[in-house]
Amino acid sequence: MSAAQAERYDKQGDIPDAERVKRAMQNFVRDFGRSAAIYMESCVHCGNCAEACHFYATTNDPKYTPIWKIEPFKQAYKREYGPFAWFYRALNLKSAVTVERLEEWQELIYDSCTVCGRCSLICPMGIDIASLVSLARHGMAKAGLVPHELWAVAERGEKEGSPLGATPKVFKDRLEWLADDYEVEIPLDKTRADVLCTMSSIEIMKYPESIVATAKIMKHVGADWTFRLDGYEATNFGLLSGDADWQRDMSMKLIDAAIACGAKTLVLPECGHAYGALRWMGANIYGKPLPFRVVHIAEFMAEHVKSGKLKLKKVGKSVTFHDPCQIARRGGAIEAPREVLRALGVELREMEPTKGLNWCCGGGGGVVTIHRADALRHRVFQLKMNQIDETGAELPVTSCSNCRQTFDDGQAHFKWDKTMNSLLEMVANNLEGEAA
Amino acid sequence: MDLLIFARGPGMYWAVTIFVIGVLWKLAGVILLRAKRDLSEARKPSAWTGLRAILTRSWPRRAFVHGTAFSEVLGYAFHVGFLFTLVFYLPHVLFFEDMFKGLLGVNFQRLFGVSWPYFSGGMVSFFGAVAVAALIALLVHRIVNPVKRLISNFDDYFSWLVTIAPLVTGMLAYGHVGAPYQTLIAVHLLSVELLLVWFPFGKLMHTFTVFMSRGTQGMQFERKGATL
Repeated sequence: MSAAQAERYDKQGDIPDAERVKRAMQNFVRDFGRSAAIYMESCVHCGNCAEACHFYATTNDPKYTPIWKIEPFKQAYKREYGPFAWFYRALNLKSAVTVERLEEWQELIYDSCTVCGRCSLICPMGIDIASLVSLARHGMAKAGLVPHELWAVAERGEKEGSPLGATPKVFKDRLEWLADDYEVEIPLDKTRADVLCTMSSIEIMKYPESIVATAKIMKHVGADWTFRLDGYEATNFGLLSGDADWQRDMSMKLIDAAIACGAKTLVLPECGHAYGALRWMGANIYGKPLPFRVVHIAEFMAEHVKSGKLKLKKVGKSVTFHDPCQIARRGGAIEAPREVLRALGVELREMEPTKGLNWCCGGGGGVVTIHRADALRHRVFQLKMNQIDETGAELPVTSCSNCRQTFDDGQAHFKWDKTMNSLLEMVANNLEGEAA
Repeated sequence: MDLLIFARGPGMYWAVTIFVIGVLWKLAGVILLRAKRDLSEARKPSAWTGLRAILTRSWPRRAFVHGTAFSEVLGYAFHVGFLFTLVFYLPHVLFFEDMFKGLLGVNFQRLFGVSWPYFSGGMVSFFGAVAVAALIALLVHRIVNPVKRLISNFDDYFSWLVTIAPLVTGMLAYGHVGAPYQTLIAVHLLSVELLLVWFPFGKLMHTFTVFMSRGTQGMQFERKGATL
């Protein structure tokens, strides 16, 4: 990244500087509890986390050391909130955080962190650094210090119901033409259904065949399912931008829609952060356990492979699977996609490292939306290309449309000879007893 | 020998008092913060197995060995050297046995049926030297490594100083080097007191928080089935 790019930062709203700092800190600690405080107290500055970060690994720039990315917030914690805050203030061991410092850190908190959580696994102290970056984003969002493109799509998501313009009307139109074109039944707004399916905006706008694939698979397994216009959009840019209120609004739409149709299962689409947002944070936002199950589409497919309802043709190719960070490493759904791949009869060639330690594609955490971060993201993507090339597999496959988009962009940029495939679409194209 | 009287008496008393109250204050200040119950449906029936991270995180995974091995090996060399010097040196053993008896009113040997083991002076000197050498290497690494240099602050350097000081002064006292023995012992005790006084305020607290932090991540990740 050039110096000019590194110095750039964006601001939202016309807020006095002191107020921005105040809001940043208040919202940083809003969801601060025992775990975060334990993490804050445990860092010994060993610097090991740098080795796990794809942004450091590909640039050797020390500013990309994961724990350094939350330095102003660490500083503020020690000075303002920790048990010895008075001591740090009295000796001025930590200076007060300024708005300039927060502006400078915008690049580190957003552009160069996909919240992939690899650093959390290398930390010898066991600090979940990624969770602290998310808390830092809470502060930055309310201080109006989010990279503009990321903020803009988040705001659009809050106002229109979809960050990429997949409004209820657009979604309905899409479903109609897809149903016509592909001659597939796509139920919408059923008042009762066992399964509520959701999609990500990237799929709706860029990969609409995913919608068709979902419909085909649901029909194949005989599910009583529906899409609903009051809750179809699983993308949660509230989470990615750090705006906790928007995150809540976006999650509650899905929760309310599932409850409205009495769904027993809510199926999340091929989208990484959507999984973290609803599978692991949904109930905490709702305030009580959710009255339905939340599963990723790969988990749903794996369940039906096991039950024998999902019968697949053999693909007979070599495949390598890219683990989306929020689904695999941080989400725990690591084996489900592999069970589906085994049912497809592919030769699975694992990357090195793989599964929960796999390298991130570089586009998660909202990074793919931030244009000024493109050069850095492309640099990081080379690591991924090398990893995949080394497997010698014919097809790279993943189960996250955000990763897929990052791969498509990287492929175009580097004129790479590999195209990322969707596990969902691969399954839909190989259903036994149906033409592809 | 006023200095030695101070170091053995009120100096040690106040240092231990600040250490104990400071550590308790810091731990309470963290532990008493609210901890929201995670309402999501756990993937694993019990998250307790995640506490294994307290042990497993003691060495990096294979994928992470490259790039961290240097720090890890030096870290171990220091910690083992420091611990052995502290716990298995005869004068320290006598001090701990006295403290044990003073606190519990019973002899260590009578209670456990074995006496507190100790190493020869030569062995302890070896471990002390290993700890000092590792600390010096770690300091050099902190200064020359761009990542470590960037993220280091006053706490890192001051904690290093108060940690190496008792080792160095202790070894000088053992070797009767540089000053009368009583002065060396007084300086050694004062350096220990400095360590105790600084302990609760800086990174040395990781002695306690490392287990809490690893355990917290372990349990949070385990209930999700996330990679640990």
